Amino acid sequence: MSRILSVALNTFREAVRDRVLYNLVFFALLMMVAAVFVGQISLGIESTIIVSLGLSAISIIGLLIAVFIGVGLVSKEMEKRTLYALLAKPVRRWEFLVGKFGGLVLTLTVNTMAMAAGLFLALLFVKHSFEASDATILIAVYFILLKIAIVVSLALLFSCFTSPLLAILFTAGLYVAGLFIHEMRNLSGSKVSPAVQAFFSWISYILPNFENFNVMAAAAHGKAVPGILILQNTAYAAIYCAIVLAAASVVFSRRNLK
Amino acid sequence: MTVPAIQIEDLTKDYPAGFLNTKKKRSLESLTMQVEEGEAFGFLGPNGAGKSTTMKLLMGIIFPTSGSAKILGRPISDVEMHKDIGYLPEQPYFYDYLTASELLDYFARFYGFSAAERKARVEKMLKKVGLETAGKIQLRKYSKGMLQRVGLAQAILHQPKVVILDEPMSGLDPIGRREVRDIILELKRDGRTILFSTHILTDAEMLCDRVGVIVGGKLQGVGRPDEIVGLKAQGMEILFEADTGNAKTAAILAKAAKSGSRYALHVPEESLYLTLDELKAAGAKITSVAQIKPTLEEYFMHLVEKDRAQAAAIEVHGK
Amino acid sequence: MSRKPIAILVLFVLPLGFAGIWRLQHSIDTQLAGLREERDEVLLTSPKVMKALSLEYAPLTADIYWTRVVQYYGSRHERAEHLDNLWPLLDLATTLDPNLIPAYRFGSTFLAEPKPAGAGQPEHAVELIRRGIRENPEYWRLYQDLGNVYYFALKDNEKAAEAYVEGSKAPGAASWMKLMAARIVERGDTLETSRYLWTEIYQSSQDPSIRENAKVHLILLKTDDDLQHLDALLDEYEKKTGRRAANIRELVQAGILSGFPADPEGVPYVIGESGQAELNPKSPLFEKEKMYRRF
Repeated sequence: MSRILSVALNTFREAVRDRVLYNLVFFALLMMVAAVFVGQISLGIESTIIVSLGLSAISIIGLLIAVFIGVGLVSKEMEKRTLYALLAKPVRRWEFLVGKFGGLVLTLTVNTMAMAAGLFLALLFVKHSFEASDATILIAVYFILLKIAIVVSLALLFSCFTSPLLAILFTAGLYVAGLFIHEMRNLSGSKVSPAVQAFFSWISYILPNFENFNVMAAAAHGKAVPGILILQNTAYAAIYCAIVLAAASVVFSRRNLK
Repeated sequence: MTVPAIQIEDLTKDYPAGFLNTKKKRSLESLTMQVEEGEAFGFLGPNGAGKSTTMKLLMGIIFPTSGSAKILGRPISDVEMHKDIGYLPEQPYFYDYLTASELLDYFARFYGFSAAERKARVEKMLKKVGLETAGKIQLRKYSKGMLQRVGLAQAILHQPKVVILDEPMSGLDPIGRREVRDIILELKRDGRTILFSTHILTDAEMLCDRVGVIVGGKLQGVGRPDEIVGLKAQGMEILFEADTGNAKTAAILAKAAKSGSRYALHVPEESLYLTLDELKAAGAKITSVAQIKPTLEEYFMHLVEKDRAQAAAIEVHGK
Repeated sequence: MSRKPIAILVLFVLPLGFAGIWRLQHSIDTQLAGLREERDEVLLTSPKVMKALSLEYAPLTADIYWTRVVQYYGSRHERAEHLDNLWPLLDLATTLDPNLIPAYRFGSTFLAEPKPAGAGQPEHAVELIRRGIRENPEYWRLYQDLGNVYYFALKDNEKAAEAYVEGSKAPGAASWMKLMAARIVERGDTLETSRYLWTEIYQSSQDPSIRENAKVHLILLKTDDDLQHLDALLDEYEKKTGRRAANIRELVQAGILSGFPADPEGVPYVIGESGQAELNPKSPLFEKEKMYRRF
């Protein structure tokens, strides 16, 4: 456990030193501009716009970091051969992998928290006070984080057996596919054979369902999210990450490094 | 009965090659050897001979196609055994966003040292490899030689029983080589087992109890350094300065090679004194007399040529 | 040693993990269904913004929205739910790709059909087809669709005839377009005209939903025909016997009918409480009629 933690903390340190967190500046600017101008272009739905915009930005920035840094987590160490010295230490390959995953998720958590704080500041500027229903925003942020964790695990898996560019494409492709799960399951109305329908319905349970984590609309309109959904989504993300990391560990443990 | 520190049996490694990896390139063929406890073993061979491959196999960075190896009596797949091993990769590269002391501290964590112990060890190691003043500089600013020193420091950080060093002298200036040599000698004095690779004979001669020569993926011979190269002198080289205008010297000068103001003359060992007398008589000033040893390069060339005859055996077609 | 982890992964981790995912997904779906009721499938309802966001990929986005239209209709039609989002989806799809002919044709049918068979928004149907005609003036079938909306849904025979005449001028238009216009002007709406138009739709369309829709209409027209015929026989019986027949059997016994007439699904017609011939409530067409009936 302490080995995994060591790798994770070093990964976090790497992200910080490689200036990954600089994206926060961009987010802060976006929120400031939005907060100042939103009142002038829309009437009555300022806070809705701020929340939608903020959550979208948190999601997109998080996804970009997850995919691009996630793919580089292992492949960069293989490429630069920094992994050689590390693997000569008493550390198993799966421990390294899980540590890398944990490190980036930690980074993304810090990053997302900071962005959420920025979003609340902008909201305060527009609304001058908070309501109890604004708690849904926190849940939405948490869901985004869960979603991003799954993306990191996928990026790690792909980077274990393919080139970084392909890994990025695969991860992005799966993400997009994961947004269309709903369509895959509701092919009933369209003109496809039952076999194809069954296949898509089957595959729709294997692909990560990223729509599960989308409660942006509810957050923007201050609608309450059922508590059980928080538990379910947490379990979903945990199980999914565990599956993907297990697969990645098996692949990576057999891999001959260059 | 004591187990050998490193025991390699029939270790073979094929790399996929060719279009769609349909062919295999054999980079190590049925290597069987042992390194005894407390021994310093030098791995000699030209680039691409299979030295690094062997070491990477031992460290579990790549996996053997067939065969097995044990370190300290435990199979190489057992990662826990790494507690007793130190490894310096070839042309090491480390996290360039860390400083040398951060890197060593990070690596030290995997051995379960306490914070205070880590601090003490890191300082000691940095001093040992001559980086005590550079410990707080990020590794991205390090030169190749400095990285080599950091690499050495991280390999011996935890006082391992077995040290595996892949080309520890490469990239170092003469002072650095000397220092690394001293460190290896010190490890040897402490009774640690050392396996290191090099293509420089003098290093091997100075440090090793035994050497193994590997060419084209095959072990060509194991033995004491002088045994291996067959250190029979091939003659003597005399360096001298002489006056060209002297008629007596003309016959000798015709046989000698001129370099600058000096002449070099190669003679068989048995005619050394005779030639020296002649030179004395001619009034030449002798500056040096030395044995001519076969260079490792010549030895390699010899082995490589022998190997070429069997080159077909190296390329094994897959499936 | 290296085989073991793979076996564990394939035999235990993957099946157990995905079984867990499968179960979780079902409970998550239940939770989300409650949360998303109002939101439905239309995420962004401004076609202009959508077009700007799609950059040069607007036709592709249009295709995605078109797929959504089909699925939206499919899933909702089965459960006879409202189709309020049909218009915004079609609006998006056709704004993103103005040449998306299937979308216009589909929309003309299902926007115009009254609830619950369609969205019951014939005015949107007209708007959609007029856009289609503006963007694709050479495609005469759109005039046919426009005429049909006026004829069936809006009951505006004059405008319907106008549309057919316009369409008949387009290159390659079928000759019956002009005839149809004349016919509607002369006779107004009759079963015969309706049948002709639905048959034409059925034969010309490739879209299974549109064909199915036309088929149902044709079948219902056939039952209309049958029922009219039966009513005439009932009147004849009344004239003969001085009383209204209570069931079909009486007509058979009186020798007016030689057998028990059945609807296209094979279920015999019945005589209702009003004394008029009706569809058998046991017939599958009975439900269909409730859904589609208005002519």
